[in-house]
Formats: sequence, structure tokens, C-alpha cells
Amino acid sequence: MNGAPQIAPAGTRQLDARIPSGPLPEKWERYRFDAKLVNPANRRKFTVIIVGTGLAGGAAAATLGEAGYNVLSFCIQDSPRRAHSIAAQGGINAAKNYPNDGDSITRLFYDTVKGGDYRAREANVHRLAEVSVDIIDQCVAQGVPFAREYGGLLDNRSFGGAQVSRTFYARGQTGQQLLLGAYQAMMRQVGAGTVKLFPRYEMLDLVVADGRARGIIARNLITGTIERFQADAVLLATGGYANAYFLSTNAVNSNATAIWRAYKRGALFANPCFTQIHPTCIPVSGDHQSKLTLMSESLRNDGRVWVPKVAGDKRPAGQIPEAERDYYLERRYPAFGNLVPRDVASRASKAVCDEGRGAGQTGLSVYLDFAESIGRLGEHVIRERYGNLFQMYEKITDENPYKSPMRIYPAVHYTMGGLWVDYNLMSTIPGLFVLGEANFSDHGANRLGASALMQGLADGYFVAPATLPNYLASAALPNVSTDNDAFREADAGVRAKLDRLVKGTGKKTPREIHRTLGKVMWDHVGMGRTEAGLKEALAAIPALREEFWAQVAVPSTGEELSQVLEYAGRVADYLELGELIALDALERRESCGGHFREEYQTPDNEALRDDEQFAHAAAWEFAGDGKLPIRNVEPLSFEFVKPSQRSYK
Amino acid sequence: METMTLKLRVWRQASSDGKGRMMPYTAEHVSPDMSFLEMLDVVNEGLIKKGEPPIAFDSDCREGICGMCGLVVNGVPHGPDRGSTVCQLHMRKFNDGDTITVEPWRAAAFPVQKDLVVDRGAFDRLIASGGYVSVNTGSAPDGNAIPVPKDIAETAMDSAACIGCGACVAACKNASAALFVSAKISQLALLPQGHPERLTRVRSMVGVMDGLGFGNCSNEAECEAVCPKEISIANIARMRREYVRSLLIGTGR
Repeated sequence: MNGAPQIAPAGTRQLDARIPSGPLPEKWERYRFDAKLVNPANRRKFTVIIVGTGLAGGAAAATLGEAGYNVLSFCIQDSPRRAHSIAAQGGINAAKNYPNDGDSITRLFYDTVKGGDYRAREANVHRLAEVSVDIIDQCVAQGVPFAREYGGLLDNRSFGGAQVSRTFYARGQTGQQLLLGAYQAMMRQVGAGTVKLFPRYEMLDLVVADGRARGIIARNLITGTIERFQADAVLLATGGYANAYFLSTNAVNSNATAIWRAYKRGALFANPCFTQIHPTCIPVSGDHQSKLTLMSESLRNDGRVWVPKVAGDKRPAGQIPEAERDYYLERRYPAFGNLVPRDVASRASKAVCDEGRGAGQTGLSVYLDFAESIGRLGEHVIRERYGNLFQMYEKITDENPYKSPMRIYPAVHYTMGGLWVDYNLMSTIPGLFVLGEANFSDHGANRLGASALMQGLADGYFVAPATLPNYLASAALPNVSTDNDAFREADAGVRAKLDRLVKGTGKKTPREIHRTLGKVMWDHVGMGRTEAGLKEALAAIPALREEFWAQVAVPSTGEELSQVLEYAGRVADYLELGELIALDALERRESCGGHFREEYQTPDNEALRDDEQFAHAAAWEFAGDGKLPIRNVEPLSFEFVKPSQRSYK
Repeated sequence: METMTLKLRVWRQASSDGKGRMMPYTAEHVSPDMSFLEMLDVVNEGLIKKGEPPIAFDSDCREGICGMCGLVVNGVPHGPDRGSTVCQLHMRKFNDGDTITVEPWRAAAFPVQKDLVVDRGAFDRLIASGGYVSVNTGSAPDGNAIPVPKDIAETAMDSAACIGCGACVAACKNASAALFVSAKISQLALLPQGHPERLTRVRSMVGVMDGLGFGNCSNEAECEAVCPKEISIANIARMRREYVRSLLIGTGR
């Protein structure tokens, strides 16, 4: 490792991914045949807690409810339909090959492994590609109004990192429509009595009894009461941790608390430094900014990205002649052009802005220009394809993108890292399953566009409903009462932490400290990372954490609806998680996907992997507060895809 | 950059059983680029620093799609900007010195829980009463097995765009949920996948709607005027036709 000493202790845990034997395309089939089943009459005797109601959690609740399990479903919003999956715009991938353009399960699998820069587990990705086709069928049958051709059949479009059209979509609201499909299926089970809803409840701890996940401690966000819930298994589908960066495209309430508390209970956290910075977001307008808004990647189908050729050219876009524009993605990546993967596009944008060629007053944006497409296809076609996105852009910026190009800049959008899971989607705590963005499993170091919806629904509709029964049927699950010591201890811990927060009568708001953390994260653990910068972050974050506990103001009794208390608890967790992200980024002395270490790049500034040293998932183990976590390793072996330098040229 | 100072009158209510009242606040250094909710964030930051409980209001995605936010601004649900949620309302729509009133949704079926936060669980109960297609996971035919004419799919999508925010109920003097319910009934009645349950769905959802404390629709179209997704009241007409159809044909149950 270039002689650089590792800071974190190396773990010795043997991480067993429990990948089924046999050839790659047969593993999932073989697994399902070997899996133990639960007799239909016995299913209602098992209680399953599902935290989160996005695509993964909602789909799992619906499917497990249909199967007859007793499901308890928790979400922090007032209704399960609000989960952040709803904001996904562009589409969902599936290897249907309806356009007959050369797609197949193998190609989707290959594109995903390559797009993830060879840091994902092959067997999981192949399974994802296999079930992708079933997802589309399921959603169509639920009444999801996908876009269609004039002949009445389903339409497809293309997305970054692929040379085929395999993305199904419902205008610019695909996530909304898929989520409503899952939500409706789940509400049907609420009506049938198999799923019980707990809206406006926040999970604040995981209960591990006799080595197994057996329940959660949750706070009723309306009354502030702390409640205990017991179950035979716990499924976390609580999304990613992008809000550790303060400004991201995530919803303002999206948070890492559930997975972070599970980490502190013993679940390993894998590849936290694999964060995705999405190239096409609306730029920051001021300090008041509370979140950033994504402009769907699908826009890159018809929009061309450019900046002025000359640094410091501040003329309005319309006055810059064609010959003085640099369509840098088309120039650098002629084969994929504007549709290179997200990590590649974001870095390229950062590079031109660093050269002083950025657009707008701040110089921190690039143009996404539709003039050529409007000229070729007509404004009505562009309006039909992206009307709601253009409208959203205009509302936020007060500029009309039909007349002048959009200005966009990268923003934190998604996290590929998450709790480590095996092939069953089970964490290192038996009985704790992790689904969707909350786990680390399928996207390696970079996720391709339209693959998050695919993974969320794959995990929720098809994978967990096959792997959970295998666990329930084989585990010894004696009755555990909520008066059990494990419940008491977790409950007391939650109360103590809340008490400490509400005693905060300092002068700093949780948001001020969160904003400062976000700046540290963006500057040092963002698009370009260096050893010196990461060490700076690792020094700054603990100091900020101290400042938080000494100076935070939380005016609340705790026994009431208190959004400032909820937020303070989440910020407290980001102040710990942020450090782990930086530590993971420091220890991964290579560049891959969204993790770009300036020290490790090719002569033409592409990510330079080190497969000798780092073809593995780093799975971090909590060692106690104030102690360095332990870095365990799951080696990745590639039987099918040969890792090579990714090329989109 | 030019900033504004605004006077706010905000509904404060400690809990669902507490009494509420309008309270005055001043919002300073308001940038025209702020969203309405970011302006409230700034007011709340000031309150927190003074050790006072901040104003409770719901929001999540802040890009107009989750349906979580909903405030009555100067008497209009989601404020003065047509076809917009309040999170997408920007302060450039206001002038320096303006007084703005901010209230929660007012409807018997949406009780206030605190300040500007209401309980919209009645919408979930409506969906649970039939707003779905009964298809278990794994039992679906190929996605292209049933062609759907493009115009039908587009019209269904127009109805499906509803975000369930409840502005339609808040705008209606009867607090009717007709626009919300009819949008879901229309989407599923238009698509062939929803046809097998078409008659039972409309009967069940309309029956439950009447029992949840929502009022009747009296065709004043105030719901359509405030709907952030501009859902058309043509959906309500379709719901009525579906209902009459179910009476004529019978649901078979």
C-alpha cells in the first residue's frame, strides 16, 4: 500500500457471503430450491418488523403480507407513500430487450458490474439482472402507468453507462408511480389485516437478544413516547446516508439513524466512502439552501453538456458562438458522449469548473443545452418527454430552459455503501436483513442510472421474500418478551440519549452544525479526495462533534412532536458516520467509481483502481465509542467479468 | 443581493387537543431565491437560538413530489403559485413588507396535531379500501401481454400524478375528498389491469370516503384550482359515472 501505514486496525473476521455454489446463472435458482420454506399455516405465527416504506420496504411489506406473515411496518412520514423513492425521476432498468437492441440478462449484469467499477459481488448483481424482468411485469399488473408506444406496448429509453435502451419510465415521475404501486399493494394488506402500519415512528435502536435481531425501540413522533416492538426478524429498508453531506438531493428527513444504530449494535458497515455525486443537479443559490434538486439523468438523452472553451468567459450562453463552446463529454468520450456514467460526468464537470470555465456568476455550473434537440424534434416532443422537469427547473431558478440552457452542477445523490449483507441480504447480526439503498450489495463503487429503483424492488418483491423464510424456518427463535434485559437496556439507552439532547441549551442550532459538517464532507470527502484532505476531515469532525454536544440548542421537552429533537438526533449520528466515511476513503488507497483519490489516476485523469490491494469490500466493525473501528475485508472474486480499466471512449 | 423583511402570522397549537391561535413573527433577510419553507427554516433557526420551540410544519422531498408539505398561505392551500406545492413556492412571489398568514389544512378529517402539522391518515384508509389492483407478487403476466393505447395510458398517468397532499380537501368548503378518490378510481378504471375490480372498487372507496368525515362534492372546482399537480375535475365526473355504472350493473357481491 505504497508503504502508507493503515490507521484503522485490520479485522480478522471471516465474512461469509454465503454465495450458492454452481455456475453464476444458476445460483439463484439453486438457492431457491435449497431454501427452507415456511408452511402457509405457520406464517402468521412469525412477526416481521420492516422499517422504511420506500420501494424496498413497501414492496417487502406487501409481499410478506400477501404470503401471510404478521408484518409491522414503520415509517417516519405521516404516510408510507411519502418515502423518498417517490422522488426518483428517470426510470427503472430491466433486461426485457423489448427494443431488440441486443440487451440480455447477461448484458445488464455486465453493465452493472462494470459501471460499479468492479467493486460489487457478481452473484448478487446477476440475481438482480435476473429478477429485473419480473419487476416490470409486476408493476404493469399493479396499474403503474408506464410510458407506451403508439401500438400500446411499453416504451424504453437509454440511461448512462449503457448502449441499449432498457429503461422503463412514467414521464419524469417513475419513482412516484412505482412507489404508489408498492404502497397500494401494501395498503391492500393493511386492509386484509396482515400488515400493521406505524406512521410517524422513528426507529432509535435495534434490539439484539441472544445474538439475534429481535425487535426495535421506536419513538412515536407525535407523542414523544418511547415504545418497544418485538419480532422474529427485522428488515431495515431505511435508505442511504447522503444527508451526512448536509446538502444532497435526498429528502430533508432522509437519515442514517436506523442503520447507524444497527452498526453500533454489531452490524458491519461496508464501503461507506462509496458515495454518488450526481452530475445534473440545480446549483446552490445561497446559504439558506436546505436541499438540492436533481434534474433527471434522462435529460442527458437530449441535452448536450458544455462550457465555454476559454476560462473566464462570462458572456450569457446565447452569445457564445458554437465554435467557442466545449462539449467536453462528447469530446472526451465519443462512444458514450453525454451518457457516460454519473461518476465520470461529475468529475468531468468539476474539472472544467476547476479550470475556471464554469458557467454562471459563481463559476460552479455547466450548461445542459436542449437547443439542438428542440430544433431537431420540436419543442412539443421535449415538453412531452421532460415537461415536469423543465417546469420544476423554472420554478426554482426563474429561468426558462426552453429558451436558454439549464445550468447544472454535481450534488450528492446516492450512497452505494451501507450495511454489509450476505447473499441472503442478512447482515452480520442474524435476523437483521437490510434492503435497498441501506445495504451495500449491488452497485459496487458507482450506481448506474435507473438501477436504484430496480434494486429496491428486487430486494423487496423477490429477494427478501425468498431469503427470509429460509432464516425463519431454520433459526431457533424462542419467545422474547419486551421486558427482556435486551429491550430494557436498549430502551434506557435511547432515553438517555434523548435526555442529553433536550438538555442542550447552547446557542448553536443542529442545522448550523450540520451545515458545517456538510462543508467538511463536501470539501474533503467529495468528488476529489486526497490523503491530506481526508486527514483534515478526520481532525475536524471529532472537534465538531464535541462542539455539538457542548453547544447544541434543542428547545423541546421530548414528550411532544418536536422536529428539532428528531433532527438533532440524526445530526448526532452524521457526526459519527461522517468520520467513518472519511476513514474508509483514507484507507482505500485507490480510485474507483465515485471514490476518486487524486493520488491515484491515469494520465488522462480517469480513476485508477488497484485490484491487487483493493478488490474487496471494506466492512467496518464498531469497536466502542471513542475507539477506531476495525476494518474487515470481504474479498471479491470475478469469475465471469474480467476487471479492466473502464472505458467509455 | 436584495433581501426582504416580511411579517408572518402563523397558527400555533401545542397539540391535537390544545387550543390554537395566530402568532406574529418577523422574517428578516429573506432572499427572493428562497423557497417558502426555507424562509420558515430561517424563522425557526431564530426561535431555536432564543430557546423557543420552532414552528412545526411538515415537509420532506422539497421538490414537489412527496406530498408531505401543505400550508394554507394567505388563505390559499400551497399559496399563490398555481400548479405548485408550497415547497416549490419561492419568495420572489412576495414583496418586501408583505404580511403573510400561514395556517394548517382545515378539515374535520385532517385533525391538527401540532401547529401546521395535520393527520392525513384518512387518505391511507381510503387507499386501503380499494385503491389498488389485487395482484400478488409473482403472479403477473408479461408486461407487454396487454397492450394499452397510448392516449389511455397518458390519461391514466394524468390521474396517477396525484401526490396525496390533501390541498383539494383543504380548499373545499365541504372538505370533500372527491378529487383525491376520483383520481385513483380513474387511473385504475382507465387501465385494463384495473378492470376486474372496477365496480367493487368505486363502491367501496366512495362508501368509506363518506364514513371518514369528508363532505360531499358540490362542483365548485376549488380543488382543481389549488391542486399542485393540476388534477382535473373530469376525474370526479368519471368517478360518478363509475358509481352509477356499479349501481346499474351491480358489483356481484
